[in-house]
Amino acid sequence: MAETSTTPQATPPEGDTRRDFLLYATTAVGVAGTAMAVWPFISSMNPAADTLAMSTTEVDISSIAEGQAITVTWRGKPVFIRHRTPAEIEAARAVNVAELRDPETDEVRVKKPEWLILIGICTHLGCVPLGQKPADPKGEFGGWFCPCHGSQYDTSGRIRKGPAPLNLAVPTYTYLTDTSIRIG
Amino acid sequence: MSGYKFDNKVVQWVDERLPLFTVLRHSTTDYPTPRNLNYWWNFGSLALAVLVIMILSGIFLAMNYTPHTSMAFNSVERIMRDVNFGWLIRYLHANGASMFFIVVYIHIFRGMYYGSYKAPREVLWWLGLVIYLLMMATGFLGYVLPWGQMSFWGATVITNLFSAFPIVGEHIVTLLWGGFSVDNPTLNRFFSLHYLLPFVIFAVVFLHLVALHQVKSNNPTGIEIKGPQDTIPFHPYYTIKDLFGVGVFMTIYLAFVFFAPNFFGEPDNYIPANPLVTPAHIVPEWYYLPFYAILRSIPDKLMGVLAMFSAIIILFFLPWIDSSKVKSAKFRPIYKQVFWIFFLNALVLGYIGGQPPDDTVVLIGRIATAVYFLFFPFLYLLGKIEKPRALPQSISAAVLKAPAQSTEKA
Repeated sequence: MAETSTTPQATPPEGDTRRDFLLYATTAVGVAGTAMAVWPFISSMNPAADTLAMSTTEVDISSIAEGQAITVTWRGKPVFIRHRTPAEIEAARAVNVAELRDPETDEVRVKKPEWLILIGICTHLGCVPLGQKPADPKGEFGGWFCPCHGSQYDTSGRIRKGPAPLNLAVPTYTYLTDTSIRIG
Repeated sequence: MSGYKFDNKVVQWVDERLPLFTVLRHSTTDYPTPRNLNYWWNFGSLALAVLVIMILSGIFLAMNYTPHTSMAFNSVERIMRDVNFGWLIRYLHANGASMFFIVVYIHIFRGMYYGSYKAPREVLWWLGLVIYLLMMATGFLGYVLPWGQMSFWGATVITNLFSAFPIVGEHIVTLLWGGFSVDNPTLNRFFSLHYLLPFVIFAVVFLHLVALHQVKSNNPTGIEIKGPQDTIPFHPYYTIKDLFGVGVFMTIYLAFVFFAPNFFGEPDNYIPANPLVTPAHIVPEWYYLPFYAILRSIPDKLMGVLAMFSAIIILFFLPWIDSSKVKSAKFRPIYKQVFWIFFLNALVLGYIGGQPPDDTVVLIGRIATAVYFLFFPFLYLLGKIEKPRALPQSISAAVLKAPAQSTEKA
């Protein structure tokens, strides 16, 4: 046994000895093993179970008058609930959808036309657009105006001007009764 | 390294077992340095001094800081009001960050002016850029920790940059946040990483120095060392010169700490973070402003993010983009002017990045962004057509007498 390690022998061509095979196999196992060891650490940085559990919010919308809007928190994010006026609904539906940057009809963005429910986070870089309070600037399209980089949204929360690529997102929500909704 | 003979027996005993003193001697009294370095060469060792100040003050701040969304802001206020000398340590740390960037920006521009990135110093240049990137990451993470309005919204905007990437973008952002928005898990991990990265920087600085000692310092003439007549030992000549520079620097630094501690800060960061209200005008820390201006100049989100990242990445290729064989701008009449245009343009970008984006600001930003990126292809062409001035024979020839065949008569 000892002499096998000390006896010099003619080196066969690269890559086809048993020793080469063992080297490649060891390397492959090492790489796979490292990847598997890294996995739990990366995964630990994703949302934890308790964070995921806080995933629904119930809101009573009976006290929101027409033309008014409120902001509630869902998963740490602001959610805009706007009680739209007939004029706002009409403005949102009169738009030629083909001209929009992120084409969507107003109908698919609401369950009941008078209630517009949106995640209040600009799709550009995540600022909260202004337009919830009566005194806020609402932009040229009567919806929301993002103060960070000047994105403007219409009365359906669709992007109309500025750097944002997408419409304000519509969260999943259900009407529990006529006057209360559950977001999430 | 066979080791030196030291007179002190204890030193000799230790050195035979751990060559600490041999290494020290090798990199100080025996380390040959060009004899003609000017004060722009002070900023490397100065940056190291600031890094040490930052790590030390940071360690003491961490003893009193609480990385939790409901307590972070108040723990910083407690440091300011109740902790003995807490105000001093925090202001040293906050202003130290700005000073660190000023020093490093001067260091980088010095490298660009004197062509220090060219062969054989490419790896040295890369390591420097890696340090710079790590500094930007560390500075960003640290700015989030006080959990004021600018902390929160800066973190939101910067982490959202990654959402620009198709498919993986949203997943990366969720991974960074550890939730659905910037929240407590985000603050926790930012604190952890902010404590880690300075030590990573320290390690890369060590490599930067190893690379430096291999290729030796560049110098104002850009001519390589040709013999002992071109050099003087680093210690005591440059240690004392660097120490003098540290003294001047500390005067300026402490003037800010004591007399204008919030000069570089944003008043909005003294308002606790509120996830439902974005401040009217979000600005990042001043040292990111040129890149922020580039980001805002591009109307498309993904392209803007890519432009911003490539503005830094392109610097890694500078050793090959610059096709001139002459290093120092001293002997490159056109490059000298182009360099200053690039420098002024960087200042314009910085100013624009801090202004609210109205039409004029956006227009100037776009022109300055174009100038920034056009600099690099122009630099490539310039090396082909520019006629450099006659170079001196050597460093010592340039120092001891006027270069014989120089056309420059200043």
